[in-house]
Amino acid sequence: MQTLPDLLPALPEIVLACAGMALLMIGVFRGEGSLRLVSWLAVAALVVVGVLLVQGPAERAVTFSGLFVSDAFGIFAKLLIVTASALSIILSMNYLEREQLARFEYPVLLVFATLGMLAMVSANNLISLYIGLELQSLSLYVVAAFRRDVAKSSEAGLKYFVLGALSSGLLLYGASLVYGFTGTTSFDRLAVMFAGGATPPLGVIVGMVFVAAGLAFKISAVPFHMWTPDVYEGAPTSVTAFFAVAPKVAAMSLFIRVLTEPFGHLLPQWQQVIWFCSLASMIIGALAAIQQTNIKRLMAYSSIGHIGYALVGLAAGSQEGVRGVLIYLAIYLAMNVGTFAIILSMRQQGRMVERISDLAGLSKSHPLMAFAMAMFMFSMAGVPPLAGFFGKFYVFMSAIQAGLYGLAILGVLTSVASCYYYLRIIKVMYFDDLVEPLERPGRAAALVMTGTALFIFPVFYLFAEPLLSGAGAAAAALFHG
Amino acid sequence: MTLTALAFYAFATILLASAVRVITAKNPVHSVLFLILAFFNAAGLFVLIGAEFVAFILVIVYVGAVAVLFLFVVMMLDIDFQQLRSGFLQNLPVGIIVGLILAVELVALVALHYVQPGAGVATAAPAAAVSNTEAIGRVLYTDYVYAFQASGLILLVAMIGAIVLTLRHRAGVRRQQIAQQLDRKRSDVVAIRKVPTRGGV
Repeated sequence: MQTLPDLLPALPEIVLACAGMALLMIGVFRGEGSLRLVSWLAVAALVVVGVLLVQGPAERAVTFSGLFVSDAFGIFAKLLIVTASALSIILSMNYLEREQLARFEYPVLLVFATLGMLAMVSANNLISLYIGLELQSLSLYVVAAFRRDVAKSSEAGLKYFVLGALSSGLLLYGASLVYGFTGTTSFDRLAVMFAGGATPPLGVIVGMVFVAAGLAFKISAVPFHMWTPDVYEGAPTSVTAFFAVAPKVAAMSLFIRVLTEPFGHLLPQWQQVIWFCSLASMIIGALAAIQQTNIKRLMAYSSIGHIGYALVGLAAGSQEGVRGVLIYLAIYLAMNVGTFAIILSMRQQGRMVERISDLAGLSKSHPLMAFAMAMFMFSMAGVPPLAGFFGKFYVFMSAIQAGLYGLAILGVLTSVASCYYYLRIIKVMYFDDLVEPLERPGRAAALVMTGTALFIFPVFYLFAEPLLSGAGAAAAALFHG
Repeated sequence: MTLTALAFYAFATILLASAVRVITAKNPVHSVLFLILAFFNAAGLFVLIGAEFVAFILVIVYVGAVAVLFLFVVMMLDIDFQQLRSGFLQNLPVGIIVGLILAVELVALVALHYVQPGAGVATAAPAAAVSNTEAIGRVLYTDYVYAFQASGLILLVAMIGAIVLTLRHRAGVRRQQIAQQLDRKRSDVVAIRKVPTRGGV
């Protein structure tokens, strides 16, 4: 007689899954015009999940025959993901209604994508890793092509789907090699197997590199970044805002877990791979963004660069490094949500505009919005009093502690180079002549802008202590022994 | 024993013959029907070696879904199959090379089995008391219930996605309204007119 598995560690996921199905039913029966109701209910469900995560036990708990793990690291990453999803659903509503995309499936798909991300972060087995990843990716492919009557959006969805399928294939191939050479897919048993310090079979290393390549695809690290600019540009802007944050956080957390838990003892084998991805992402992110004229493409290259900085902390392979990455992701989330709140408000005469030159003279027409955007840009560039500086500070510190001096120095150099295009936006807003003013931003967008901008400068200092200790505890959970 | 051998040869012969017909049949609908026949015989072969679960899956998934889908595509799309066939001779060398590689691999596998019996067969046979289906069911709904449920959600998302991306509400689409259709009387819809000779309606 088999007893039920312990469901308590997976309570947030179960609640979110039920909420997603309930929302689907509400949407189907209410029909057209239920976008706002379903969206707000989805936000409420995400808030409930957030509360459950905070209230739930922080100790490591494994359930579902070892397929699922809940620990402090997972809770930290899941809180970031849930926050990002909720904010992007709030930001989407106005945009979708104005662009005639108001269909209730949108929030439902975002809820399922979020559920997939939570499952990814909690994966404790190559099987649950893959299933979480697919649940997330499949929802994202659909929302990328959500504006199905516009060729660019369909193209974005198709490109993302085909390249995403390729990356899933790489990941599965790697996973099958790992399973073939070790006989297990469980992270715990893999970790035990490599703990002895003996050289692992070549097949395991090849498999691990393939798994890493599949995951690098999902976080759009160079050399697996080529889909990012096209998908960011083609997808509806509210979808881009979602893409830039939540899936990145989820895939990065999964990446950290895979490399530090099952393959933690193979650090010498994967360190150089991550070192290369990190450096290449920082360089491409800094250089390729310079000539962009479309702000969504610019944000795509900017996110490639940011992933490069986050990978610096992972390359260090230490507890401090992981803590640095988590802090970086939290700050990255705030900066990106704020920036996209502004991009989503870029409307002239009732239609969306997305060229950088459309921001010209923003300081005269909307001084506060221009000021917030300037804050976000300075923060992304890593200028000291703002939060973005601390994100970079912690990852570079961990790299130096791990002896990766070259990576840290090159990282600082590319960071300086990337200032050029962040500052160019500020120059356009403050020193170019106003051609045509943007429309007033909606209330939700204005609130999100203000909130994130305030977080980046003064409020961050109030929350720095809990954020640092939370990230520290999360990182410690991964290096439990 | 001889009965098994007879069944094996019957299944294998029909399988090979219908496989050949799949690529030689002139009419694409016939090709698909031969493919279905091939799937059924392959399923028979699986039953013979005791892999009844794979046989079910082959029939349910490949015959029930994939082949029927093929049939729909072949019948609904206007594809000029004669034109598709025109490159046959040019592609023949590539086909032969791929076929040869496959043949060499298969021969190597069989040869290995004779040189070193037991090599390449890694796992022990399952306990005799448990059938394949039962063994899969035992782990699928217990140890892997999480993966099973999550896969269900993935399929749900796939369904939502297909509907979101393709369903369009057009005006003027005629839908079934069974009550109304049954309610119709002959007198409402059929009228008999006297048509004058050489006059037309």
